[in-house]
Order: sequence, then structure tokens, then C-alpha cells
Amino acid sequence: MKQIFAIIWMNLRAVPQRAGSSLVIVIGIAGVVAVLVALLAMAQGFGATLKATGKADRVMFLSAGVTAELSSVLVPDIVPVLRELPGIVRDADGRPLASAEVVVITELRRGNGAQRADVNVSLRGVEPAGLKLRPEVRLVEGRWFTPGLREITVGQSAARQFEGVKLGATLKFRGSEWTVVGTFVSDGDAHESELWTDADTARSAFGRGSSASSLVAQMASATAIDTIKAAVKADPRLQVDAMPELEYFASQSKQFTEQIGLLTGVVAAIMAIGALFGALNSMYSAVSTRQVEIATLRAIGFGGLPVVLSVLAEAMLLALAGGVLGGLIAYVLFNNMSVSTLGSNFTQVAFNFAVTPALMEKGLSWALAIGLLGGLPPALKAARQPVVEALRAK
Amino acid sequence: MSKAIVEIKQVSKTYTRGKQKVEVLTALDLEVAKGDFLALMGPSGSGKTTLLNLIGGLDQPTAGQVLVDGQRIDNLGSSALAAWRARHVGFVFQFYNLMPMLTAQKNVELPLLLTNLSGAERAQRARIALTVVGLADRASHKPNELSGGQAQRVAIARALVADPTLLVCDEPTGDLDRRTADEILGLLQTLNREHGKTIIMVTHDPKAAEYATHQVHMDKGAVAIGEVP
Repeated sequence: MKQIFAIIWMNLRAVPQRAGSSLVIVIGIAGVVAVLVALLAMAQGFGATLKATGKADRVMFLSAGVTAELSSVLVPDIVPVLRELPGIVRDADGRPLASAEVVVITELRRGNGAQRADVNVSLRGVEPAGLKLRPEVRLVEGRWFTPGLREITVGQSAARQFEGVKLGATLKFRGSEWTVVGTFVSDGDAHESELWTDADTARSAFGRGSSASSLVAQMASATAIDTIKAAVKADPRLQVDAMPELEYFASQSKQFTEQIGLLTGVVAAIMAIGALFGALNSMYSAVSTRQVEIATLRAIGFGGLPVVLSVLAEAMLLALAGGVLGGLIAYVLFNNMSVSTLGSNFTQVAFNFAVTPALMEKGLSWALAIGLLGGLPPALKAARQPVVEALRAK
Repeated sequence: MSKAIVEIKQVSKTYTRGKQKVEVLTALDLEVAKGDFLALMGPSGSGKTTLLNLIGGLDQPTAGQVLVDGQRIDNLGSSALAAWRARHVGFVFQFYNLMPMLTAQKNVELPLLLTNLSGAERAQRARIALTVVGLADRASHKPNELSGGQAQRVAIARALVADPTLLVCDEPTGDLDRRTADEILGLLQTLNREHGKTIIMVTHDPKAAEYATHQVHMDKGAVAIGEVP
């Protein structure tokens, strides 16, 4: 053991003398890890925002077969029937704790200069119960909209991301003017990217008659979903899908997360191959520089194992340095960076990049894997080279 | 002649270079007695370094037997041979081959890492070896802070420190000026005469060979003139 440590330590102390080729490894791997962690942080942040939206003990009804609220239409006849389904909680006055909501697309401006663009933003019409059954939704500025007036209370992310969305401002949608009267937060979930108003006001302003996009209701418990699903199935009038609210929003992020995952994998793999060849090249040259040294150690009687391990230790240490550097770059540049993208409702969802410890760990494991693969062949070459031949090299 | 410590019996060594086979040693016989200081001489390509490598256990013969202190080493596997070298051979190279990042003291301690000695014992032995070669005051210097002669003395101390059966020296003065070379050869001679070290040295230099107790001249893979006293 002590000979192994002695040789490893001796080799590592010589690394500064090979600073140039060592830097190739560090920088190559830092690039891979930075890109990998940044892309994963994006997927993570988007997923976290959508997954944080909704609760397991709230049920969401959409018209049968649709995957997004925007394409769902619940006809007026069935909404009262849905409200009365068993398993749905009632408030102190005995009314079902359920909100039939309307979601429409509005256009807002975002960004400056070349990145300036009109983007789609969800405007949600909610019933009074909609605020009651979402305790996570809290007013932070101004007041709530007044039913019957063209007033909106806006999510905090929407206020930050989109132009002109501030308290007292007037926004124009489809020819009508709306006043921003307040700002709300919602635990950083997807609702914070929305503009909220009264359901009836939204229906009349956007010509939706009496239909709703969705119905959200509080269940007695998460398990009541089975009772509700059974009741929906038993009633042929109800051409709707019932699902836990949490499940709906999780499914919204799935496709995006999968696509980002694929993109991340491809980009990181291509960069990793480049970094791997850089590492191989640098380690082969390091081994060749040390050829006589290694041969001398072996002549003195040191075995092949300490030699292999010393080369590997060097490669892994440089890779680790690259990994840490890359992780830090990703963290400094991207953590909590706020962006928004098109969610599957064709509307913008604002989210923050989340550089989590788990992602850092993933980046570091990639770095170490590159170090290992890049160090092993040169290490084996160093150990296998005949001593007599290597001693002759000068 | 006292008991032979090195016995070379009918040793041949053939290298393959591309499709060509080059026979470097041909059915060579040689004995080196315990306590000898043997100079292996001969023109380039005569096979003297190859012979030295076989005796030092760095290489293995194509045919024949190599015995050191009664033990056959020509049939050992590479890890057994490495362990054998650690116990029995001290090497001195033409270009010293010191580890550049280690001090003289730590360079000398290197072979002792392969023993069971404690850190304190290793340090003490290395100090003794440096004293023997007259460099106790340079223990904390790194190789680039030493002259060629000093570096070779450190290398000799490293070769001695584990008290090996043989000192094997490949052109130990090949990179040194005459005066320094004489000092190094004088040191080897002292180690041989006063400490009873068996030394086998390859050299081109007839003056260097004069320090040895015996000379063997090789030519074309065989002993041309042996045992010149």
C-alpha cells in the first residue's frame, strides 16, 4: 500500500510540470460537465415547476380524450353533475368546493432587442371556490379581481417575464381593456405564469357562452379519485376524464423533460467523446514523458499496479478538477436563471434553472468516467512496456 | 576464485526486429565471483548491455540459465522478477535516472518502500547511504540542484540502500567528465574493497575498466577475452 501511495503522490507532484496537457483534460471535461449540468438543470427546473403544480387530493375534469386544458370543453349541462359527484368536499355553506374554469390564450410581449417577441400567455377565469380550494395561492400585492369587472390579478412570474404586466397597468386583449389590480404567488408553480380573472367575466369577454375548459374540485382525500372515476364511468352523460390534478401537470412536463433529456444525452455524449480523446492524448503524452521514470521504478522493483494506479490517479484527479469547474460554471451562469418556454398548453410557462446537488453529482460522475476511460489505456501501456526498452528511451 | 555469485550457462538472446531475428548473445558462459568488481567491455552491439540486463533481471534469455546466488532467475515471471530485483539488485544508470520531484533523501529511500521498514528506519538508512557516498549535506536537494557527479552519487546511494547482492552499473561515468568520472569510479572501488560489494559494470572506457578487479571483453555476442586481472 505504501509503495502505491508513494508512487501516486510522487506522480501527482509532477503534474504542474505538465500544466499544458493537464489543462487540456481539465478544460475539455469542464465544458462537457457545464453543458450537461446546464441542460439538465433546465429540464429539472421546468419539471419541478410543473410537478409542483396541483395537489394529489384535488381532481381535475377535462373533456374525454384531450391532453390539455386549452383543448377541453365541458358543456354547461354536465358541470352541475360533476360538482355533485360523491367524494367532492363541500364548504361551510354546503356548496361543493369546485371551480369551473375557463382558459384562453392571450398575447403579451417579452424580451428586448432581437429576442423581443409576442408570446402566448394563459388567462384563467376562476370561480370564487377556485381561490378557496387552492390555499397555496396567496395575494402579494394589490387585491383580487372583482367579478363582473375587466380586472386581472397576475402571477408573479408573469409580472416579471412579460412586458407591461404591473399593478395599475392596462392590457388590451381582443379589443377589450383589462386592468391589473394585483399580483399573486402560488409556490412557484405553473399558475404563477398565468393571468387570473373571474370565470363569468372571462366567458363573456371571450365569447365562451356557458361552457368551461375544466373543473377543479377538492376531494375528501386522494383515494376518493377511485370513487369519482367509477361514478364518471357509470354515467353515460359524462364524456369526461377525471384525474388527480397533480397527475395532469406532471404529464404536461413529461414530453418536454423527455426531449430535453434526449438532447442533453446527445450533446453531452458528443462533447464527452471529444474530451475523452483529449484526455487520452494528454495521458499518453504524460506517460511518454515519464517513460524513463516509470522504467526506473520498475527496475528498482516496483510492480505494475502502482504504475497503473498512479497514471489513473492523475487522470481522475484532473477529471475531477474539470468536473468541479464545469459544475461551478453551470451553477454560476445558470442556477435560478429565470426563463420561460412554451408549455404544452401552447402558452408560456416561466421556470428557473435548478442546479441541484444531484445534477452536480451526475456531472461529476461523467467527469470521472471520462477520466477513467481516458486514463486506463495509457496506464496499461505504461505498465506493460518492457523495462529495458523504456530505459533506453531518452 | 571464491564462490560464483553469478552463473551464466549457455545463454542466448535473440531479438526480433520486424521480420528479422538478431542474435545478440550466443551460447554464452560466464561466472562472476562474490566480491568481484567486473568491467564488461566491448564495442557497441557486442551484447554487453544485454548481458548486464539479464544479470540484473531486467530481461530474460531466449535460451540458457542465469543463476544469481544459486537461484535461477531466467524462469521467473515478471512480478516475481520485480520482487527479486528489489531484494537483490541495485542499479546505477548512465543518466542517473533520479526522480526529479523528489529530494536526494527521498530518492534514496525509494527502494526501501518495497521493504517492511518504518518511515523512521527508511530515513535513517537513506542518511547512512548518503553519508557513504559523501553527500549527507545534500540530502534535501532535488536532482536539478545537483551536479552530474553528485546526482550519480545519489543514484549509487539509492542502489546501495537496500543492501543488494549485486550492484549493476550501466556506463555509470558515460555522462561525466574525466575528474568526476574518476571520483565515481573511486567510490565504486571503495564500495567493492571496503564493503565487499559485488559490482558488475558495463563501460566503453578502458580507464574506467582499470578500477575493476576483472575485465571481460565481449565481441559479437560472445566473450572475446575474459577474466583479465
